[in-house]
Amino acid sequence: MKTEQLELIAKETPKKSSKEAVIEISNLYKSFGSQEVLKDLSFKLFDGENLVVLGKSGSGKSVLIKCIVGLLRSNSGIINVFGQNILTLDQKELDEIRQKIGFLFQSGALYDSMTVKENLEFPLKRMKKHLSKTEIDAKILEALENVGLPDAIDKMPSQLSGGMRKRISLARTIVVDPMIMLYDEPTTGLDPVTSDEISLLINDIQKKYKTSSIIITHDIECARMTADRLIMLQDGGVYEKGSLNKFEKSTDELIRAFFK
Amino acid sequence: MKIIIPISKAKELARLHTLKLSQKTIFGTVAITEFFTDFADVIMFIIHLVKETFSRKFEMREFLKQCFNIGYKTLPLISVTGTIMGLVLTIQSRPVLVRFGAETILPGMVTVSLLREMGPVITALICAGKIASGMGAELGSMKVTEQIEAMEVSSTHPMRFLVVTRVAAATLMIPLLILYADALGILGSWVGANIKGDVSFVLFFSQAFSHIGFIDFIPSLVKSFFFGAVIGLVGCYKGYNAGRGTESVGKAANSAVVLASLIVLIVDMIAVQITDILGK
Repeated sequence: MKTEQLELIAKETPKKSSKEAVIEISNLYKSFGSQEVLKDLSFKLFDGENLVVLGKSGSGKSVLIKCIVGLLRSNSGIINVFGQNILTLDQKELDEIRQKIGFLFQSGALYDSMTVKENLEFPLKRMKKHLSKTEIDAKILEALENVGLPDAIDKMPSQLSGGMRKRISLARTIVVDPMIMLYDEPTTGLDPVTSDEISLLINDIQKKYKTSSIIITHDIECARMTADRLIMLQDGGVYEKGSLNKFEKSTDELIRAFFK
Repeated sequence: MKIIIPISKAKELARLHTLKLSQKTIFGTVAITEFFTDFADVIMFIIHLVKETFSRKFEMREFLKQCFNIGYKTLPLISVTGTIMGLVLTIQSRPVLVRFGAETILPGMVTVSLLREMGPVITALICAGKIASGMGAELGSMKVTEQIEAMEVSSTHPMRFLVVTRVAAATLMIPLLILYADALGILGSWVGANIKGDVSFVLFFSQAFSHIGFIDFIPSLVKSFFFGAVIGLVGCYKGYNAGRGTESVGKAANSAVVLASLIVLIVDMIAVQITDILGK
């Protein structure tokens, strides 16, 4: 077999065989009133991988990751995070699990009334209570350097551009050393250059913090740059899953609409 | 004269009539259901709030920050309204009292009015306008921009951090603002009395305080704590339960003012009745 063919097979094969699942979702259902958003959804996120979740607007992508972190309660199903079913945990146990999960919101969700430093201090003081003032300051600076914005430390969110807000929001998420990252449309509303920068940052964070990530997006460039594996949601369920190569070569009409 | 309607038309009219009746019944049922759902929501919100208030982890720093925002930042507004309240009340009452030769009771009358009713109610209504709307808009915009959810995933209870601190700060600071407005109102009254007359500061105040007792002071102080709690609670409830769109921020702020003002007046009416019964 030719080397090129071997490489192709390697790319086609998801990197799941040797790794264990950090998130395992089985038969998940979520509805709002009579509107069913997630229907019998099942998939796994493996340790150290970037899983990109594609789908049309309203396909339930954001609802999915909000269910994972317990912001929304699903109607039925199992959401195992590090072996613990989110749906059966009490508030204290849920808070403990949440300390291992970083969530980057679509809007950034920076606290408007706080400076950048206070924004980063907020989760640190609550999740890492053992840290001293010096250690907190050092971690804040490190996180800001990792996103390339150490000079923004004393700025208010209103003084930041869209891209800067996203970076600071990312810094606030990584400052507590999460093991899983959930990105809700990280490049939405950004110009192509800034979008690429954010995508590169996602990869940097994966390498540096050894995180496993779910990246919700419909930005194909972001998916191309970050995905180890992809799934596509349609009508509340998994429509297709596999490697980037499989998606790129698919002849399916819906997938082609994304990968034009 | 008999009007003859064809059977088909009569059937059609009967069908339309039945349809209208069933529509009215449906709308009525929906409105009643919505009312009880909202009521249950409010009760659950209050239970949750009380539970979080007495939890061990009180957010003291945020509470002090809110005390500063509610108390200190409202001082200029309350200073102006408090002074004007006393001044206007004196200028309006003086001619009538002069006509009956009862000018000497002016300081006592104005002071009792201010302490019992005007000071607490007007200050509370102004606070409802400023503080309840501010809370409604702030929490509403935090909800729209996912800041409340961001707090939740940071292992922080938004109810404890945002609502408990604001309601507690309003409950504590609004009575203090009311006392401050009362004091400035009496001062304004002295200024008003001196615009057309000549009363010394010491005489005015000795006359004012000779007319008041604990029965004038304590009930109004107690009700002002309720005013504070209502303003904080309504502002936070409306903001915390705002919808997802940006227009819901404006709606939350607006309905917070309207509802808080209305409840302040209702609480005042109940407080007056209770004071009246207890005073007999």
